[in-house]
Amino acid sequence: MMQEHLSIFLVILPLVAAPIVAIMPRGRYAWAFSFVVAMVCAVIAGQQLWSVTHHGVISYALGGWAPPWGIEYRIDSVNAFIAVIIAGIAAITLPYALLSVEKEIPEHKQPLFYSAFLLCFAGLLGITQTGDIFNVFVFLEISSLSTYALISMGQKRQALTSAYQYLIMGTLGATFFLIGVGLLYSQTGTLNMMDLAKLLPDVVGLKTVHTGFAFILIGIALKLALFPLHLWLPNAYTYAPTVITVFLAATATKVAVYVMLRILFTIFPDGFVAASPAGDLFIILGIAGVIIASVYAIYQTNVKRLLAYSSVAQIGYIALGIGFATSLGLTASIVHLFNHALMKGALFMAVGAIIYRIGTSHISELNGLGRKMPWTFAAIIIAGLSLIGVPGTAGFISKWYLVLAALEQQAWFAVAIILLGSLLAVIYIGKIVETLYFKPAKEKQTTIQEAPILLLAPTWLLVIANIYFGLNTELTVGIAEQAVQALVGTPK
Amino acid sequence: MDFLIGHYNYWVAIFLMMIGFYTVISHGNLVKKIIGLNIFQVSVFLLYISMSTVTGGAAPIITEGVQLYSNPLPHVLILTAIVVGVATTALGLALVVRIKEAYGTIEEDEIHEQDHSL
Repeated sequence: MMQEHLSIFLVILPLVAAPIVAIMPRGRYAWAFSFVVAMVCAVIAGQQLWSVTHHGVISYALGGWAPPWGIEYRIDSVNAFIAVIIAGIAAITLPYALLSVEKEIPEHKQPLFYSAFLLCFAGLLGITQTGDIFNVFVFLEISSLSTYALISMGQKRQALTSAYQYLIMGTLGATFFLIGVGLLYSQTGTLNMMDLAKLLPDVVGLKTVHTGFAFILIGIALKLALFPLHLWLPNAYTYAPTVITVFLAATATKVAVYVMLRILFTIFPDGFVAASPAGDLFIILGIAGVIIASVYAIYQTNVKRLLAYSSVAQIGYIALGIGFATSLGLTASIVHLFNHALMKGALFMAVGAIIYRIGTSHISELNGLGRKMPWTFAAIIIAGLSLIGVPGTAGFISKWYLVLAALEQQAWFAVAIILLGSLLAVIYIGKIVETLYFKPAKEKQTTIQEAPILLLAPTWLLVIANIYFGLNTELTVGIAEQAVQALVGTPK
Repeated sequence: MDFLIGHYNYWVAIFLMMIGFYTVISHGNLVKKIIGLNIFQVSVFLLYISMSTVTGGAAPIITEGVQLYSNPLPHVLILTAIVVGVATTALGLALVVRIKEAYGTIEEDEIHEQDHSL
């Protein structure tokens, strides 16, 4: 009984905390309060995952209205796992936020900043917890709207135009999703995901359902920045405040991937994706995304932007796994979801530490900084190796599973693409490393010191996680396999 | 012909949807884009409301002697969606005000010229 209430607390806690934080007089108080909330949420999310894997699905009827009429929060091993990623990343990002935000956001705006952060956090957690498809739309908009506001708080004026661009594209995506949900509702009369999964097989031949499917697909693809719908992402990640880039890169697109998985494999009946053009579409766009975005990344002169393009490429890998539509492919996607959060979180944090010291992430300003900031530099190297997929790091595990999935399908071309993508990653990570270490330092930078411990500790926590999950795959792969079972399993 | 007339509110919804979508894509003025986005969203509201009609059904208010009601759920959903739409518009316009302060213009091409990066 207590368990269900804990699950709803995961959403309510940050949602209630957000307005409280907004009226706090000083940034430090707001930060401390947000940190406590994020820690509590992380603990609850961890406990929830444990409970789901040991005792099975948690179902909570909001306001006591029995599903499918009322809104149901339904947590199985997929969303419990995603919730752990989000809450965990938030709890690691916030200690990092204290110094970074004090440097980048004016004092009087800091409480509002943390308030918007908590709202975004609540929205993302809400998407994972809910079992109601319209509720997904509402939480999607809660998280998106606060994200737009957070991005616009970046220091450069381009932050405003990036936020505006994202607002237009994000709202179009969400509205497409809304149209799709409406069309599905008109044929089934239900919004509950499990109920939809039960009712859809009877009407799955109808054109309305196919149209709804297409609308939802495009809407979510916009949100998860699937190539070529990724145009909002590089700008948003480049100009957002450092903390927000870290948080978004590690969570926002992951949640969109989760919604996509849920809709493709839980709501629509088995074999629907494989029979529809969607599966091929994912493979083609995934391949195109991996190659083109990686090549773009090589030519970037701003490290944040370089990593943003790399994120688009990584989403290409995830899309490949979805496109295979086999349990091995989905396992690879879910594992990569988690591992990519770890490595991109670590990389953006390390780059943020450099920005904290020199105020820019333009590659021409970074010459020789690696020797001034050895710990930050080491973090970039290890997280970069993980991004490339070197054995012993988390990135290797997800690429390994992806290659296995491709081999199982005898998709030799996809295998070649995955390897080529890793090679391209070697080039762009190599470019950062070369500038940081091998180029002579500029004279004015001789006084630069190592980043403060408060920035380094969270970065290294993620770096160590990268190594740990590269050596011990029991947890991630085990849960991912369970999650795939929960995704494709028939509703009871 | 029946198909055309019988579904006229759907045609209106599609028509508005395309007008809104086209405005968002084609116009360079940031305020006009927001207006286009608004029209696009409103068309979806119409789509939902049209779906909720039950042939011969009364308005979903409990009245004695009425057996058949229209479906009230889409109305409730759309109330939520309207709130979301209002929030999006407000935030979008607030961003436009800030962009005007920062760039001195709200025309997309002039902003591009000033930045070169976007």
